[in-house]
Amino acid sequence: MTEEIIIAGFGGQGVLSMGKILAYSGIMQDQEVSWMPSYGPEMRGGTANVTVIISDERISSPVLNAFDSAIVLNQQSMDKFEAQVKPGGTLIYDPNGITHHPTRKDINIYQIEGARLAAEGGNPKIFNMIILGAFLKVKPIINLDNLEKGLKKSLPARHHNLIPMNIEAVQTGMKQLVVINQL
Amino acid sequence: MAEVKLMKGNEVIAETAIRCGCDGYFGYPITPQSEVMETLMLRKPWEETGMVVLQAESELAAINMVYGGASCGKKVMTSSSSPGISLKQEGITYIAGAELPCLVVDVMRGGPGLGTIQPSQSDYFQATKGGGHGDYHLIVLAPASVQEMSDFVVLGFELAFKYRNPAMVLADGVIGQMMEKVVLPDYTPRWTDEEIEKISGSWALTGKKKREHHIITSLELEAHRQEVFNEKLQRKYREIEANEVRYEALQCEDADYIFVAYGSTARICQKSIQLAREAGIKVGLLRPITLYPFPYQPISDLCSQVKGFMSVEMSAGQMVEDVRLAVNGKTKVDFYGRMGGVVPTPEEILEALKTKFMI
Repeated sequence: MTEEIIIAGFGGQGVLSMGKILAYSGIMQDQEVSWMPSYGPEMRGGTANVTVIISDERISSPVLNAFDSAIVLNQQSMDKFEAQVKPGGTLIYDPNGITHHPTRKDINIYQIEGARLAAEGGNPKIFNMIILGAFLKVKPIINLDNLEKGLKKSLPARHHNLIPMNIEAVQTGMKQLVVINQL
Repeated sequence: MAEVKLMKGNEVIAETAIRCGCDGYFGYPITPQSEVMETLMLRKPWEETGMVVLQAESELAAINMVYGGASCGKKVMTSSSSPGISLKQEGITYIAGAELPCLVVDVMRGGPGLGTIQPSQSDYFQATKGGGHGDYHLIVLAPASVQEMSDFVVLGFELAFKYRNPAMVLADGVIGQMMEKVVLPDYTPRWTDEEIEKISGSWALTGKKKREHHIITSLELEAHRQEVFNEKLQRKYREIEANEVRYEALQCEDADYIFVAYGSTARICQKSIQLAREAGIKVGLLRPITLYPFPYQPISDLCSQVKGFMSVEMSAGQMVEDVRLAVNGKTKVDFYGRMGGVVPTPEEILEALKTKFMI
């Protein structure tokens, strides 16, 4: 199994930390992982993205041009990454702020209203965990036990009391996923 | 079993420096390697091992602090990225000329000038052919993974002291910024004064005591004596070339074509090889691990079996000159590269191979 994922959105949405939690959870189930962020001026300008690879084998390139899954959280990222999903691959996006919805017919497309659900839950910080939950519903590459261990590893000890809330957000994401196009 | 951690390449440089008994780090921040000093400052090793961490007022100050520390037999290092390494060249050639051990980490970004902050490999010439003035070489190690960022800090110091010569870890923005699994080395205590005396007592400035005084200098006023010194340096380089070549050959056994690539580009080429082999094209990878000394012989040995080599670099074509020297006209050598901080994709590298070799 090799899963090549791009997570892309605005800086501050928790894109990089979502990737880190995913990667650490991969390590917890003895898999090879890589996490390659965009860095530099584009981060300051607003967009942030990270390529995460989780695999049973040694990972070759940490930099990719085609992805099994794209998690897209703003319009700029949709414009850039919809085309980079491999045929038969998966695109998950939050419709909040999206003006041009994806149109491809050769990939699986799902919506998750992460921003709305996080706001309704009264805690915008769980946004990225709702999104991650939606992704793991479609691609169950990490089980919840290992995700919890991954959270423990990637969060500083002073935030470990927040782990149950994060797991709950993941479960919300899993439940609220909406199918747009399924092959 | 040692704990597997998920860390950035730059963080690993810092953490390994602390663990391998480094005495001092002197630096000046620059993207994409600022996490090296950030990590050291957060870890506060001066409270733990006594290691000094100092943000100097400039790159020039930093490298000259390294010069000073190295003169005393201490395990000292600096890190920077391309424009900062250019500023350090004067100090580096003085350190090489004074035959002192130290570690310099360069996390390359696009150039020339201030250039960009994105990954690049356009400082190959600077790292392997001099950089500063005079006939000297650095021992240059090129990590292709976060684990090697750790391993090569340890190895770099080891080789630097073995040959009394500055060593360089030549990485790029991809390896510096990415996170991967890493197993860090166990703690090695910093050398005591007695140990320094034993290891480097024949030359280091450890206090005169009851011996002849030591002089650390790169200045010689008499040309013939300078030439004798140059000959000694050259003998050392021949010894390094004979003993320290390191490389990795992947899927070369049955290959018709071989990519020669180092650092993150070598990783990207591995994906291109996978794509090539799925399409029935037998491609292998020769990854130089030491850029100086360069693996001329291993490349030369493969000439008779392959239809050609393609050097793949994030530069306008620098290492390809060494590949051509190794091949010496025996088979075709071509080049593919991107510049300015643009990272090539696995697909475009394969396309370039097909086009250049008319596959």
